[in-house]
Amino acid sequence: MAFGSRLFKLSILTIFFGFVSFQSLLASDTKEEGKFVPSEMINHHIQDSHSWEIFHGLSVHLPVILYSEDKGFDVFSSSNFYNEDHELVPYQGYVMEHEHILLDNGGQVLDFSITKNVFFLFINSLIVVLIFLAVAKGYKKNQGKAPSGIQSFFEPIIIYVRDEIVRPNVGVKSDKFLPYLLTLFFFIWFGNLLGLLPASANLTGNIAVTGVLALITLVITLVSSKKTFWLHIVDPLGNSMGWPKYLLYLILWPIELVGIFTKPFALTIRLFANITAGHIIILSILSLTFIFQSMAVGIASAIFAGVMNMLELFVALLQAYVFTLLSSMYIGQAVEEHH
Amino acid sequence: MGAIGAGLAVLGAGLGIGMIGKSATESIARQPEAAGKIQTAMIIAAALIEGVALFAAVIGFLSIGS
Repeated sequence: MAFGSRLFKLSILTIFFGFVSFQSLLASDTKEEGKFVPSEMINHHIQDSHSWEIFHGLSVHLPVILYSEDKGFDVFSSSNFYNEDHELVPYQGYVMEHEHILLDNGGQVLDFSITKNVFFLFINSLIVVLIFLAVAKGYKKNQGKAPSGIQSFFEPIIIYVRDEIVRPNVGVKSDKFLPYLLTLFFFIWFGNLLGLLPASANLTGNIAVTGVLALITLVITLVSSKKTFWLHIVDPLGNSMGWPKYLLYLILWPIELVGIFTKPFALTIRLFANITAGHIIILSILSLTFIFQSMAVGIASAIFAGVMNMLELFVALLQAYVFTLLSSMYIGQAVEEHH
Repeated sequence: MGAIGAGLAVLGAGLGIGMIGKSATESIARQPEAAGKIQTAMIIAAALIEGVALFAAVIGFLSIGS
């Protein structure tokens, strides 16, 4: 019985999310010219933008912050780039093309705008901070007692990350890195989930966001690295070969040096490509409706997109897990003592 | 060209992850008490393979865009 009611709720959710995305697609992306171009619509959905479009006709214009050598700093709303007919117009010597702002004489501008992704980065950080302040408060209040409320939901997850991901992989000094790795896990998880909601930004599917996360892992790895870590890179063969080893090192040193940077690079690409690919798949399935323009295909693709959404819920957790796991392995390699 | 490249990448990654899945299920069947550890090792290996496949997929996307 419990399973039945859960299945019922799940299917309601599936239909709901299927139709929400369905409707927003229908509203925003069928062009007046009558030709529907799936790749254009998909790019619009997964890319960053200077305004936050909740659905067609309602968008929140976010602040634009620009710096150029000629004009210095400039702050204004991105609504200035649009006229009454939602067409792009130049503003104060700036022009925007495909969400890319330039000076009208073609000069380059540094763009520090609060774009859709930055806005959702703030929201995501706020969610993580609020939830974990509440959890921390729970530990203060329930000292020596059973956890309550939101604390009892997150305690098993935190314990799981600590006992199954961080401690076995980082080693003896794991608790020093636990706060960072826990933050990483929940930040990525919530970011992935946030990206699945209708009308939200593709936060963890942005290569800059994942790049910075991987960069922090790289910096922590290098800063906390011990002698053994560098010895493995500089002198991996030890005394086993005598002088000919230096001939091998001519090949090995460049490889080891590149190896330091390919690890965070792989972390960056893995998260970015997984999340972006998930969004592209869901949107492609939904755009089948508009390619075939038939009711039956519409119903089938809505159901299938709902199923893909369920799979993405799992991928959201899995990618947070993998990122945290690999980060803790890299940190573990750096801090391990001689053996 | 990009589509062909992405297809080839999927071929390799599918083969690799399939083989991991096969050997993981076999080893869990032989030693059910080690299921947890085998699963962790399986996910790590799958993630590494998937990373390489995604490199190829991203290059495929780039070549479509250009």
